[in-house]
Amino acid sequence: MATTHDIDTDGQDPALEARAVSVFYGDKQAVKEIDLVIPANKVVALIGPSGCGKSTLLRCFNRMNDLVAGARVEGEINFHGTNLYQDDVDPVEVRRRIGMVFQKPNPFPKSIYNNLAFGPKVNGFKGDLDGLVEESLKQAALWDEVHDRLSDSAYALSGGQQQRLCIARTLAVKPEIVLMDEPASALDPIATQRIEELIFELKKQYTIVIVTHNMQQAARISDYTAFLYMGELVEYGPTDLLFTNPSEERTEAYVTGRFG
Amino acid sequence: MGAESGIPHSAPLTFRRVRDLKERVIGWALFSCAALSTLITLGIVGVLVTESFAFFRQVSIVDFLTDRQWTPMFQDPHFGIMPLAAGSFLIAIGAALIALPLGLMTAIFLSEYAGDRLRGVLKPMLEILAGIPTVVYGYFALTFITPLLRVVWPETDVFNALSASIVVGIMIIPTVSSLSEDALRAVPLALRAGAYGLGATKLEVSTKVVVPAALSGIIASFILGISRAIGETMAVTIAAGSLAQLTMNPLESVQTMTAYIVSASLGDTPRGTISYQSLFAVGMTLFIITFMMNILSQWVLARFREEYQ
Repeated sequence: MATTHDIDTDGQDPALEARAVSVFYGDKQAVKEIDLVIPANKVVALIGPSGCGKSTLLRCFNRMNDLVAGARVEGEINFHGTNLYQDDVDPVEVRRRIGMVFQKPNPFPKSIYNNLAFGPKVNGFKGDLDGLVEESLKQAALWDEVHDRLSDSAYALSGGQQQRLCIARTLAVKPEIVLMDEPASALDPIATQRIEELIFELKKQYTIVIVTHNMQQAARISDYTAFLYMGELVEYGPTDLLFTNPSEERTEAYVTGRFG
Repeated sequence: MGAESGIPHSAPLTFRRVRDLKERVIGWALFSCAALSTLITLGIVGVLVTESFAFFRQVSIVDFLTDRQWTPMFQDPHFGIMPLAAGSFLIAIGAALIALPLGLMTAIFLSEYAGDRLRGVLKPMLEILAGIPTVVYGYFALTFITPLLRVVWPETDVFNALSASIVVGIMIIPTVSSLSEDALRAVPLALRAGAYGLGATKLEVSTKVVVPAALSGIIASFILGISRAIGETMAVTIAAGSLAQLTMNPLESVQTMTAYIVSASLGDTPRGTISYQSLFAVGMTLFIITFMMNILSQWVLARFREEYQ
């Protein structure tokens, strides 16, 4: 059984609440009956060795697993009192309200401006698009670097800039929650640092769930950490506690670098 | 180990002349195979050029390009390519209007919507379309499509450009759809995931992200399809007729460049006469047009290639 420490939601409703979530790829069970409460306006890190199911769990939170042929999700994930997997829930709306940033920067082969404008346009945004683009780029700390070349191809940017562009693109849709799947794993240390600073800023307005391979990163940026191993949640609690005084032996072995 | 390969340790190096010679012979044999097809192509172009040259000594290029009549068999022959070129383009445009949208939509369906099993059934069926002999398409146009057209427009000629356009369009759908589908499927999944992650629907992902990203391949497939339509011979000879007239009315009979070459080579045109040489002048024109379209499609592919990362 997993150890779950006190999660302080500051009296607010949790942003997301997973109950007995299991994910199957065909016959293989990748995530095993996980319960997890994601408090609002915090950063929650999902850590664990490769193949432990952390990315799979993350993709459940905005129904990206729907797009994987043969994937099946059981259990429920509550978001404002509604189960995301209820029959009448529209996955397109779920993904608009719960955004995602991917492991490798994946800007569209369009201009910087149109990368930003895509999300608002498909969601029927009527209003000051230029203003929204500027605001989102500023939020992602990219505006100063690109404001004079918005019509250039996004591919002209460096890897780190592209990833911040992808974050800006996600923010332009005004989600409540941002899911990040190892957003800095393809970047150099300096670009990684900028992404981390950005996450620090963003948690003032957004709830962030981040999957990371990098334990120092989890320790630096997250408020809560969940350690997954072989599809199971082993331990979940405040990051400080998990890294300094874990209750589970497997957690201690992993965070001290004895395996994984 | 020297002992294992049968060469004593202290043996001096052998000279490799014999082996070198063998390698060289094989190299030359392979080169001649490659050279043969190139030479054949050059030979065909050479014949086209010399015979056309003979033609253009008697008919000026200006007349060829500006005369509005093509009447090589008349007492007073006219050799204006315009009616034939117009016939070819009329049919190619009609075929493109059918094949480009249908082919692209088929490609989008196969690449973005169809599951693996459905695609496994549909793709081979589509490729059968490309395997039907073109003469069959010609008779299909003449005996099935033209009567239907005459129900709608009774004034339709028995031989008409529209029925030929329709079958040529059907004929080139597989060219367009299969090349476009390749281009669509080459778009990285990460781009689709990114768009879905922003709350795009499947239609928006397909039309606003995947199609623009694959645009160069799609345009190249269009150009190749049109180029095939211009070069198409048998179906248009049967269905569109052999009346070389400058018209844009698809219900009338037209003669294409290819159809002229067929009808003129079937008759016994004596060698060395001007009508014999006119065959090559028309062939040359056709060759230049399709050649330029191929170059254009190569250029489009290279110029607009999206560097996905």
